[in-house]
Amino acid sequence: MNWESWQAFWAMGGYGLYVWGSFGMTLLCIVGEIGLLRRHRLQVWRRLKRMKSWDPQ
Amino acid sequence: MNLYHYASPSTFYPLAGKLVPWFAALAFILTTAGLYISFFMAPTDFQQGEGYRIIFIHVPAAWMSMFIYVVMAFWSAIGLAWNTRLSFVMARALAPTGAMFTFVALWTGAFWGKPMWGAWWVWDARLTSELILLFLYVGVMALQAAIDDPRRSDRAGALLNLVGVINVPIIYFSVKWWNTLHQGSSLSLTRAPSMAQTMLWGMLILALAAWMYTIAVALARARTLILERERRTEWARAQLEGQA
Repeated sequence: MNWESWQAFWAMGGYGLYVWGSFGMTLLCIVGEIGLLRRHRLQVWRRLKRMKSWDPQ
Repeated sequence: MNLYHYASPSTFYPLAGKLVPWFAALAFILTTAGLYISFFMAPTDFQQGEGYRIIFIHVPAAWMSMFIYVVMAFWSAIGLAWNTRLSFVMARALAPTGAMFTFVALWTGAFWGKPMWGAWWVWDARLTSELILLFLYVGVMALQAAIDDPRRSDRAGALLNLVGVINVPIIYFSVKWWNTLHQGSSLSLTRAPSMAQTMLWGMLILALAAWMYTIAVALARARTLILERERRTEWARAQLEGQA
């Protein structure tokens, strides 16, 4: 175990801003990408369903 | 096994749907393990203190940014040569994830450069060529979004992908070809790794996690693209019927 306390863990030996700024942005990007993907999928489903209702082939 | 069978959108769509949760679960497990190693097992670096821990995302993200571009160019080449619809869909599905990893590599690089070099950014060959990679990803997506006809859009994007792939070896070898502030590669196939075993494992496991994540997200995105394109076919209509 590297850390004596949670405080030491968050401080990252004085590099807290840089380490958490990096990991935080990465998390944000991944959550954002998954969110956008979900939204796009939902939009496509809704649009295709609407198109189907007035175009029964 | 007939590959053409799996290349048909009607077979690929449900198959990809079954695979996505598995790759997502693998990505989650590997990320958890990788992060645990990165923060709780890997020792403090004797030169950079705890600040070096940025490496655990910086290096996997940078690898993925280049690798995804090569895979994208590969699918583009297949698509242009054989006009296979699924290849273009795969190339298109990979672009946003590649752009995301490129951005992450640049961002974490800046947050690493600041405490270690004293600058968020320098116009060094490695950094500049990686920035060009981001522009290439964004350029391909913008170009494809600007052309309405899907076939023309596919081909134009694929062509740009193929031209842009020349940038990947430039990024990779930039630290050898030019004097860069950016350090040389941490890993090489020809020499022993220059870092502690646990650090190496943390990095490799997170790189594998990034792989699994990319596969899951790209397959999920490909599914949506396919459904949109195949909406007039019987099977796509059946899919829409199936899920209320």
